[in-house]
Amino acid sequence: MYRVGIPRSLAYFFYLPLWKTFITELGHEVIESPPTSRAILDRGVKEAVNDACIPIKLYHGHAAYLAERCDLLFCPRLVSVRKHGDFGSETFCPKFLGLPDMVRLALNPLPPLIDVRIDLKQPRTGLWDAACEVGQKLGHGQAEIKRALRLAQAAQQSFRNLCQRGVLVPDALEAVLNGKKVSPKATPGHDLTIAVVGYPYVIYDPYINAGLFKILQEEGVNIVTQDMLTDQILNWQARELPKTLFWYFSNRAVYGGLHFMKKGRVDGMIHVTAFACGPDSMVDRLLEIEVRRRSSMPYLAIAVDEHTGEAGVRTRVEAFLDMLRYQRKGK
Amino acid sequence: MKISFPRMGYSYIAFKWLVENLGHECIVPPEPSNHTLDLGVRYAPEFACIPFKILLGTYIEVAQMGAQAVITSGGMGPCRAGYYWVMHKYLLEEMGLPMQIIAMEMPLLNLGDFWGKINRLRRSGGVSLKELARILKITWEKVKAIDDIEIRSHQVRPLEVKRGDTTRAINEGLAFIDAAQREHEIAEARQEALARLDRVPQDQSRNPLKIGIIGEIYVVLEPAANHYIQLLLGEMGVETDRSIYLSAYARKNTIVNLEGDLFAIARPYLNEAPIGGHGVNSIAETILYARHGFDGVVQLAPFSCIPEIVAKSIIPAVSRDFDIPVQTIFIDEQTGRAGVQTRLEAFVDLLQWRRSRRETVVEKRVLQG
Repeated sequence: MYRVGIPRSLAYFFYLPLWKTFITELGHEVIESPPTSRAILDRGVKEAVNDACIPIKLYHGHAAYLAERCDLLFCPRLVSVRKHGDFGSETFCPKFLGLPDMVRLALNPLPPLIDVRIDLKQPRTGLWDAACEVGQKLGHGQAEIKRALRLAQAAQQSFRNLCQRGVLVPDALEAVLNGKKVSPKATPGHDLTIAVVGYPYVIYDPYINAGLFKILQEEGVNIVTQDMLTDQILNWQARELPKTLFWYFSNRAVYGGLHFMKKGRVDGMIHVTAFACGPDSMVDRLLEIEVRRRSSMPYLAIAVDEHTGEAGVRTRVEAFLDMLRYQRKGK
Repeated sequence: MKISFPRMGYSYIAFKWLVENLGHECIVPPEPSNHTLDLGVRYAPEFACIPFKILLGTYIEVAQMGAQAVITSGGMGPCRAGYYWVMHKYLLEEMGLPMQIIAMEMPLLNLGDFWGKINRLRRSGGVSLKELARILKITWEKVKAIDDIEIRSHQVRPLEVKRGDTTRAINEGLAFIDAAQREHEIAEARQEALARLDRVPQDQSRNPLKIGIIGEIYVVLEPAANHYIQLLLGEMGVETDRSIYLSAYARKNTIVNLEGDLFAIARPYLNEAPIGGHGVNSIAETILYARHGFDGVVQLAPFSCIPEIVAKSIIPAVSRDFDIPVQTIFIDEQTGRAGVQTRLEAFVDLLQWRRSRRETVVEKRVLQG
């Protein structure tokens, strides 16, 4: 039995049910790094290349935490998860493409990596090939892998279903993996609905965005995100743009944003972006221009970095909400 | 139609000829200046890379000079450069500047779109198909000739006796290319330009350091974006070779050419290709320069350039394994010429010291042996 570490950053919020179930069902122990803390961030800043963006530094911090506590580190190379985009070449940010190599050269000591290349442009065989590679690394035969993959896909599917019924991703993860009860109903007494769009590893990591969701919920706001929309609704938005973006998570954020600004029944939109994020330099301005052209919806962009404090985010969010409520009163 | 294009090094000479001979009026983009960059920085997103900002500034400048359209490149990612034209379009529209952006996507992906755009330019300029083929051929010849002249200049400059002679000679040479109209005239102009460079008084006793320049295409190709790094190094007495030339695909005599080989060379360090831009190339080119006996490598990249950051995180391992020093310079709008110069001087000192140490070791061996 191996102890397999899964860092709590980047695509964690996107594939955890699948890979955690898969590895657990094969009879191994999955160790997740704890939620981001100052110590993890500092470690990441120390280990990663200095020009990297915050999420990549965070990932290094989480991986460094796990390096001393596991036998194998799950660090897949995400190349693509679907055939999409103008040239059918949708992929991930180059930093995802080089991630295992970056981690390998940055961290010492480091347990062996499970650096499986995930390229699902061939939807039939892509996932099966990836699962086989992981399963074989852990020392299992095809029959076991097949069974574990089936259960894993079921877990991933129920996670997606929960999200699409309106449960926030962190709650849905708890529900699917730990059996916590959740209800997708809006909290009574909350009078505003705000769309929060951005990358999963920025909006669902409460440390790096200084507890944005908590602040919003305390202020009486219902939160919707792009992950609550079905793929069909999201992909429908591709035709609204002159050219699709190249990056999976960016496309999701932009499509979600476009949907909400057109007919989302939301009062405002917040885009959370990470300092020095390459794709976001395009995404943020694109959303800003589109939201102004298509609607009268107020839009707030929050850029977070390693120095972001709770007070700063809270002040900006409160001002934004005051404006929304004031505007509503005026109507 | 009044047409312009982004400026990259001396290539504007060839593209100017292309646009004019397609029957359009060419607005030659001015060399990027502080003013260009200021304009770009004012309107571009904060974290966009410096090529994005310089191009935006250039587009605003040529719009003010009367250009109605710019021809630029597209791309399929994952480097941001493939999305430049869309964002530039949005931003120019927001500013109220009426400018058509003709983006050439890669012909391999969408041949119809590529041909359609060229054909429209051809027809609106009133040029026949046969004529078009000739024009494209001559443009290509010009691109090649310009690169030949530039490559020679970087070999001559470190040897020049009087500083500035090479720069004067290359400017004269480029003027010949600019004036040439036919294929044989280009060949003659090229010969004459190379001869002028060779006639620059040179001190052959020098044994210049050799530095390879790698990195992101725009900051490598446009001297105004990289603070004239090849000129600076040349005048410090360093011979430079750069990894990217527009005509690189067609030549065999440069150190770096075909990409497929590069991916294979980089594989032990980065098991994925392409990762966008010139990220993988930078890793492989460092190895190539080390193998060819270069003294050092300078990596140029715009601040927040994603592929080059990946490369930068891997290059220290390459540098260690192949024993070749690498100086990375990230460029943004805050980068000052003095800062670049200081770092280069220190780097050159280091290389000089390494070389002299190696020579002493050899001498000792000879004396003892």
